[in-house]
Amino acid sequence: MADASPRTDISTDAETDEMNQRFDSGKSIVVAPSDSSDRSKSNLDQKILRRLAQNREAARKSRLRKKAYVQQLESSRLKLTQLEQELQRARQQGIFISSTGDQSHSIGGNGAMTFDVEYSRWLEEKNRQINELRTAVNSHAGDAELRIIVDGVMAHYDEIFRLKSNIAKADVFHLLSGMWKTPAERCFLWLGGFRSSELLKLLVNRLEPLTEQQLVGIGNLQQSSQQAEDALSQGMEALQQSLAETLSTGSLGSSGSSGNVANYMGQMAMAMGKLGTLEGFICQADNLRQQTLQRMHRILTTRQSARALLAIHDHFSRLRALSSLWLARPRE
Amino acid sequence: MDRVRELASKKAAVIFTKSSCCMCYSIKTLFYELGASPAIHELDKDSYGREMERALRVLGCDPSVPAVFIGGRFVGSSKDVISLHVDGSLKQMLIDAKAIWF
Repeated sequence: MADASPRTDISTDAETDEMNQRFDSGKSIVVAPSDSSDRSKSNLDQKILRRLAQNREAARKSRLRKKAYVQQLESSRLKLTQLEQELQRARQQGIFISSTGDQSHSIGGNGAMTFDVEYSRWLEEKNRQINELRTAVNSHAGDAELRIIVDGVMAHYDEIFRLKSNIAKADVFHLLSGMWKTPAERCFLWLGGFRSSELLKLLVNRLEPLTEQQLVGIGNLQQSSQQAEDALSQGMEALQQSLAETLSTGSLGSSGSSGNVANYMGQMAMAMGKLGTLEGFICQADNLRQQTLQRMHRILTTRQSARALLAIHDHFSRLRALSSLWLARPRE
Repeated sequence: MDRVRELASKKAAVIFTKSSCCMCYSIKTLFYELGASPAIHELDKDSYGREMERALRVLGCDPSVPAVFIGGRFVGSSKDVISLHVDGSLKQMLIDAKAIWF
């Protein structure tokens, strides 16, 4: 087909569409001038018809492209739904997987990622142990057998505290961020982990019957852990205040004078020192958690400890399941 | 060490701290919460501060502050204090040393 002459741009887009619609049967039209007296008129017709044909072709191609794009979107959406379902299934099994929307940039690099992997392995083992414990409790196993399993679970808790103390040295902010936990668990985050006093509150009703002595013991334990938590929280607030003050003091004079630069560097050095003390707070918070669990274990009988550990695990499992639902929720 | 011992025996509850130490602030808060009024000695404000800090390390206090003494006896640093508090021993020690009454 010959190129349309640029002189004869006689139609607007609307007109073209209308004309195209009338001719829109996909058939090409053969143009043949009938006689010489109509030649000039038929030349014009020819050009118009040629233009119309080209517009039709362009519109057809555009429709094909759009169709291909939509088909691609549809199949991507299907794939995405499948992936989300797989992810949800994996999460419900208690395996921790961080979603792309959740991932923080790990400045600690390998440390944080390594910890996350170790933590997910720790969770898997925990799930296995708890299942074993649940089976034993439900089948009315003897105290001796229960004790072995319960001791195993307690030892396993020691393991996570050991892992946490390692990562606290390398990347305390990863622990503090709670990004290694699921979203719903993060609601309850306190100094990089759970609040012992809250955990005990959960258990008090589930552990009946308790002897008078046990009741007093658990009550005291709850109070002690609460007091220690408050003390550590206040220390953290003091640290925040101190850090803010350190960074805010200093002259607002012209930059570049050696006095100001020395001031600035001095401030930064002091601030660095303060940041370094965060590790100590996380360590003491974990120490508190570990001590509280062990003390609870000592106050309770083996069977009561077993039920307590199951209840604690159920609590966190539900939070993790809630997190999975949350992450998979339909969004506008 | 003598100075540490001397100061530690002057009151039922004694805590060696540094003014900038926030963990010391936590331990002090805990003692106040229990109703104790410990004597506080800030090593960075004491002319013998450095020697005292060394003496505390020799006693096994790590980090050197906060260093807690009850009834003149060395109890430990923050980790020890928290552990003792959780199992109820801290309160009993304070009662025995007459730092608190209940």
